[in-house]
Amino acid sequence: MRKVYSKIESIEGNVISVHAEGIRNEDLAVVTSRHGESLAQVIRLDGDQVFLQVFSGGRGVSTGDELRFLGHPMQVSFSDNLLGRIFTGSGVPRDNGPELTENLIEIAGPSVNPAKRIIPRNMIRTGIPMIDVFNSLVESQKLPIFSLSGEPYNPLLARIAMQAEVDLIILGGMGLKYDDYLFFRDTLEEGGALSRTIFFVHTASDPVVESLMVPDLALAVAENFALNGKKVLVLLSDMTNFSDALKEISITMEQVPSNRGYPGDLYSQLASRYEKAVDFEGAGSITILAATTMPGDDVTHPIPDNTGYITEGQYYLRNERIEPFGSLSRLKQMVNKKTRSDHRPLMDGMIRIYAAYKESMEKKSMGFRMSDWDNKLLKYGTIFEREMMDLTVNIPLEKALDKGWQILAECFTPEETGLRSELINEYWPKEAIESEKQGEGES
Amino acid sequence: MTSGKVISVNGNMVRAEVDGDVSLNEVAYVIVGDQRLKSEVIRVRANTVEVQVFERTRGVGIGDQVEFTGEMLSVELGPGLLTQIYDGLQNPLPKLAEKHGFFLKSGVYLDPLPRESKWQFTPKASVGDTVERADTLGIVPEGVFEHQIMVPFSFYGTYKVKSIVDAGEYTVDDTIAEIEDEEGTVHKLTMIFDWPVKRSIDAYEERLKPTEPMITKIRLIDGFIPVARGGTYCIPGPFGAGKTVLQQITSRNAEVDIVVIAACGERAGEVVETLKEFPELIDPRTGRTLMERTVIIANTSSMPVAAREASVYTAVTIAEYYRQMGLHVLLLADSTSRWAQAMREMSGRLEEIPGEEAFPAYLESVIAAFYERAGVVRMRDGSLGSVTIGGTVSPAGGNFEEPVTQATLKVVGAFHGLSRARSDARKYPAIHPLESWSKYESSLDHAKQTYAQEILFKGNEVSQMMKVVGEEGTSLNDYIVFLKSDLIDSVYLQQDSFDPVDASVSVERQRHIFDVIFDIISAEYDLKEKEEARNYFNQLRQKFIDYNGTEWDSTEFHEQEKDIRETFEKRKTGVDEEAEYLLQKQESDRG
Repeated sequence: MRKVYSKIESIEGNVISVHAEGIRNEDLAVVTSRHGESLAQVIRLDGDQVFLQVFSGGRGVSTGDELRFLGHPMQVSFSDNLLGRIFTGSGVPRDNGPELTENLIEIAGPSVNPAKRIIPRNMIRTGIPMIDVFNSLVESQKLPIFSLSGEPYNPLLARIAMQAEVDLIILGGMGLKYDDYLFFRDTLEEGGALSRTIFFVHTASDPVVESLMVPDLALAVAENFALNGKKVLVLLSDMTNFSDALKEISITMEQVPSNRGYPGDLYSQLASRYEKAVDFEGAGSITILAATTMPGDDVTHPIPDNTGYITEGQYYLRNERIEPFGSLSRLKQMVNKKTRSDHRPLMDGMIRIYAAYKESMEKKSMGFRMSDWDNKLLKYGTIFEREMMDLTVNIPLEKALDKGWQILAECFTPEETGLRSELINEYWPKEAIESEKQGEGES
Repeated sequence: MTSGKVISVNGNMVRAEVDGDVSLNEVAYVIVGDQRLKSEVIRVRANTVEVQVFERTRGVGIGDQVEFTGEMLSVELGPGLLTQIYDGLQNPLPKLAEKHGFFLKSGVYLDPLPRESKWQFTPKASVGDTVERADTLGIVPEGVFEHQIMVPFSFYGTYKVKSIVDAGEYTVDDTIAEIEDEEGTVHKLTMIFDWPVKRSIDAYEERLKPTEPMITKIRLIDGFIPVARGGTYCIPGPFGAGKTVLQQITSRNAEVDIVVIAACGERAGEVVETLKEFPELIDPRTGRTLMERTVIIANTSSMPVAAREASVYTAVTIAEYYRQMGLHVLLLADSTSRWAQAMREMSGRLEEIPGEEAFPAYLESVIAAFYERAGVVRMRDGSLGSVTIGGTVSPAGGNFEEPVTQATLKVVGAFHGLSRARSDARKYPAIHPLESWSKYESSLDHAKQTYAQEILFKGNEVSQMMKVVGEEGTSLNDYIVFLKSDLIDSVYLQQDSFDPVDASVSVERQRHIFDVIFDIISAEYDLKEKEEARNYFNQLRQKFIDYNGTEWDSTEFHEQEKDIRETFEKRKTGVDEEAEYLLQKQESDRG
């Protein structure tokens, strides 16, 4: 029987301290107050004074409350029984199901040996042309979705979860609005994907500290499934809330802030989570997609800035569309040469023309006269935005490439596209050529 | 040996109470169960010692034993360093993977150099010789290099060689010589020895001024913002501007003997590309794989933070060791900002008074001391060796007005500033040609290069003005200057990294085509309209891009050049006075 401590020395924010002996760094404890039980984790030791971070927050904790150390760090149960289940940031069931206690594993384990990593090689198809065609998602990639607060990043994540060709989805919610949590649950349930999904959800009304655990829980479980050969997709929403929780804790701990109040180790903290993305040779993989809302649409804000240095590209969500400019999948070159011979040139060509459309739009808004070429571009831009960029478009990669050629044929002659002749011969829609010829014949 | 007990744990900083003497930067081990966690002493106050632990401190408890070794944090130097992949503490990562699988196990430290390999040793010193530290006792072949087995650098004073083994195969642990010091004590020497990472290796005769260029085969760098062998340079840039790509390409093409890559706190995936590709790529200079001239120190972003700091020092010490053999070494550190952040984390835990953006007040002096370890040196035997250091900087928000960038700019010899605008426009390399600078000598003709620089500068002014007044409001002469500067940018400063020929350009070719460019930009033309001028320069540009893609000195190369020269001779009416003046002045200065 472990010793129970009943004299809490200090309570500052979410951090309490007690005098105790034989305690190890990062050990867990249970605080029993009149509001119920909460987990707490040792974050600092100083002589016999032990500092703990209380998951449910310091509010309501009394100096006379009981504290019982568990003698081990944070753990989570790992088995197939997790599938379809929903847990809180403390790992407690949220879905009225039974508590899981078998096969406990360590969370936030050591990082993967770089010598054991392999060069990414498999594409993950999502059915979203702006991803599949223009910035392919690659197995083991880590990508944030940079977006403004009002953008539909959660519906986008849910759609990717439903459609991505993966074995398992783990959703880590941090500071999720309750509605959004229900939205995720219902969407996946309706889509029949719930049985291959595991939720670790911290909602906006839950204690802040719990949100810090969510990525570690989600990724520890993901890692073990991946080692057992599963292709796992981890969705995190929203990493800005996670970073803000870090800020809150570090300020309470009187750490010197570095930039806009965020702790100096924000980069390392984010990196240790994102770097869990991996492709295990001979086993499964972890791919991470993380919503990151940009405060004030400012990409130089410490959270998106540090994230950008860590991740392998980013998707910009703006005006309910994935922006083709700025969005970048750094790993797309690894996979888009193996899909179809027109994939790369069509991707570059369509974006180049779309950039020209943007210039024409600018000229138009400044009141310049539109040339024939400008008018063609304007037509192209409108169709491109409607049939490719719109997030409701849901077609496989090959269909999307065909659609790309159709859009080009609808707006331009083959020479105007700047695409190589052999590609035009192979892929330019036949009907378009026929009708053009007919048109010529009539005139 | 001094030992102590843990009295506090705060992140990766552990405080211990000790019973004897300790020194700053000494290595200590915190013992947790059956694990020994390597640490370094970073502050001593009476009998309280603060150590930074190079591993995660999960599970450390009050009262845990701490052992002090009396040794400074060191690297093991000897044959077998090349081709290795180490973590920041010189742990060989592939070996670790063989033993422990996918994950990095904390508290495991393997021998940095392979113990079982045999090296073909040829003695160079004889019994009775008087030797000093860094003198050569013998040589072993290591890849294409003659690896010198030297008297350890910590052996100050003079020694007499008492015995030396015959030529033959030996492991690094075999005794190869015995030397006797002035007091008559005999020391047994093997092929390896340790050297503390935070002390510069200074066993050379004198340090010289860097003058020889270090060719990177990137035209913009070699011609306009060159790096000298033994010099220093930095590459700051926002994320996505191509810092790492630029370093990867430099690590392949740079004309040096040995490359040490320190991947410090960056993405693991990027190191993997180097790891997997270098053993396949052939170095045209030697005909061997690139891996055979490379040492990689990988302490990526999710690996323990404290070891990040050690990793750049480990890398520079290995670089200095090879310099001592009269070799030219390039050290690439990516990214120094992550190393500075590691210092910031530790400084915060030590509760030091923070400087700007919470970086410690000693940030500048530490960065300066690191870059100062670069240099060209002359050994006692007259041979020259150099260490060149190139470090990337990852400024927060891409804003160069931040402490790490500014502290670095104060001490480096060249600044290669990456620009988001240029990288968004898919211009490679995305180095900003006007904002960047170098204090080293260019490989190009000085007067011509100065003139080209002026055209670039003026062209930029015109293009800024055109944004306001439009093309209509710009004079034809100004417009032609703009077209000339645009030509230099698009066919000389930019390279096609996917084109096998254009991706890396020898210095002979750089000089040759620069002369062609100079003749074009220094000429005056018979052009009446802007439209006509634009078409004419577009034509020149297209021809030049094709020219850049032809094999050096091939028939197509010469034909293409002839075509370009004919095209511009047709419209040329004379030479710009300014260009003539510069050339004449240079001529008379030389005369």
